[in-house]
Amino acid sequence: MNYPNLFKIAVRALIRNKLRAILTMLGIVIGVASVIAMLAIGEGSKQSITTEMSSLGTNMIIIVPAFRAARGVNIGASGSMALKYSDVVNLRNDAVNLSAVSPEVRAACQVIFGNENTQTTIYGVSEEYLNIRKLEVRSGRVFTANEVRGMSKVCLLGQTVVENLFGEGADPVGMNIRIKNLPFQVIGVLGDKGESGMGQDLDDLILAPYTTVQRRLAAVDYITGIYASAASEEKSAAAISEVKEILRRAHKLLDSEENDFYVQSQSELIETVSSVTDIMTYLLGAIAGISLLVGGIGIMNIMFVSVTERTREIGLRMSIGGRGADILKQFLVESMLLSLSGGAIGILFGYLIAQVAGTLMGSSVVITTQSVVLAFAVCFVIGVFFGWYPARKASNLNPIDALRYE
Amino acid sequence: MNNTIIEIKNLRKDYHVGEVTVHALRGVDLKIQEGELVAIMGASGSGKSTMLNILGCLDKPTSGDYLLDGTNVKSMSKDDLARLRNKKLGFVFQSYNLLARTTALENVELPLFYNSKMKSRERKKSALIALETVGLSDRMHHMPNQLSGGQQQRVAIARSLVNNPVLILADEPTGNLDTRTSVGIMGVFQELNENGRTIVFVTHEPDIAKFASRNIIFRDGKIVREFQVTERSNAMEILKTLPVEPVEELENI
Repeated sequence: MNYPNLFKIAVRALIRNKLRAILTMLGIVIGVASVIAMLAIGEGSKQSITTEMSSLGTNMIIIVPAFRAARGVNIGASGSMALKYSDVVNLRNDAVNLSAVSPEVRAACQVIFGNENTQTTIYGVSEEYLNIRKLEVRSGRVFTANEVRGMSKVCLLGQTVVENLFGEGADPVGMNIRIKNLPFQVIGVLGDKGESGMGQDLDDLILAPYTTVQRRLAAVDYITGIYASAASEEKSAAAISEVKEILRRAHKLLDSEENDFYVQSQSELIETVSSVTDIMTYLLGAIAGISLLVGGIGIMNIMFVSVTERTREIGLRMSIGGRGADILKQFLVESMLLSLSGGAIGILFGYLIAQVAGTLMGSSVVITTQSVVLAFAVCFVIGVFFGWYPARKASNLNPIDALRYE
Repeated sequence: MNNTIIEIKNLRKDYHVGEVTVHALRGVDLKIQEGELVAIMGASGSGKSTMLNILGCLDKPTSGDYLLDGTNVKSMSKDDLARLRNKKLGFVFQSYNLLARTTALENVELPLFYNSKMKSRERKKSALIALETVGLSDRMHHMPNQLSGGQQQRVAIARSLVNNPVLILADEPTGNLDTRTSVGIMGVFQELNENGRTIVFVTHEPDIAKFASRNIIFRDGKIVREFQVTERSNAMEILKTLPVEPVEELENI
């Protein structure tokens, strides 16, 4: 029997049992749709997180103190005083792969303007910091090197702080606010950054000269971190090892001692985060895949019932010249038609579900070609795999017994 | 007229049911010429169904030879037998065996699907001609459940005709039909036979067997009697004498 005939026979057989065919397909439709939707949502969130992190600067290198144990008690990284301003100076002088270095002194504080007050984090930094972190100044200006040296009480506000203190849309440049009872002049407002992939508000911050924060607000002689920029993305790996070398030397660490700091580049961080979101995507996909499997078993189930129910039909087909192979092919084609058309409809539904979910969650969804190809391939395999056994059973029937079957 | 369609020599068929061996056929010799209308009769268990299965190449004899249209079936594989059935044989069953929810035309087309050389248009044309032969061309788009029993059996006959077989085999074709409709079906057979078709059918009704040109009677796996029918019934004439029931009249049988 040739293939157009085979196809026609199978299509007719399916049309004869429209409702059953549709119900069988439904399992596959739901399975494929959920796989496509889940992968699209997963891939979408991965991409939005990584683009967001790249927008923070792929060249960025972050140095933070390592966890420190004091008499066996881990007091965490924040309590560590491993990094000093002298490290920044060392890096500026010795690291050839770095284009910019800024200290960061972080302090939580209460900020007051008039009747309003808010809790936020103030970052003591040098003027290079904005370039390193790709922060933009929407209005006003950045503090100068002179102001840093002179411990000036000037600051730049993030959008959230502006909204909390001055109300939406206000321009606070030139106003005075109080941080820990010290008056600070607002010299600039930072551009909108939105939320990070982890849901952290990136606009809830105040920038001030690190000297001011270190001496006047926090009264500490250490710094909480160093932000640096590699000369280029390619050089970031070299920059990391260079930084480690310089800092180990500066901290006079013995070969047997571990680093008392962590160095991480933004590109490494992106990789880490995207591998985490990948795992999430695969997990979602696997759960959806289970429903696809159940759909496949549904097909097998129906095909088995169908073989039993159509025993006489099979007998008839054999008596009028259908060979065992023809019967086998017919049932295989039927199950493959079911699974593939179910797959096609499922991809369509999955696309719609992903779009709706994306709109509802406000995140982007990305349907990759791979996921579509994968879903289709799985459907094909399901069609063959779950169709094979019932088809085999049908083709092995004895025509005489099949014709007499009641 | 002198072409031998079926030639059977010392044919035996044994079935093994557990430990017991059943001898369904114990040495049958039979010749059927082209253009015969043969009725096989016999009580149940006499071997007539086994005979028909073997004639239809659905079953293979344990020993003996069966030549269908000159080819010995004995050495053929399952697939070759299927091809042979498709080319040379037509089947009519007691319970019609039409595909449900499938139009009469598509049912008749069915055997041609297993003939890969045939084009879609030829297939349809052949099916239409076959339906015309049994007088049902106006019902070609009807589903089996929209047809009466007699009409369904006519569709089945059309299906058996469509591949232009050398032999049509019918297993109790009138078994599910009332007398008048049965005579109608026999009429179709007689008409086909007059046009040169060779037909073999199984029946257990002597009245129906009278429509055949030759009767063969089986008992205990052997042919016990074989004779040309002298007072052959003519379906067309009998039909005129039978009372016409209103429903049947509507169905034009």
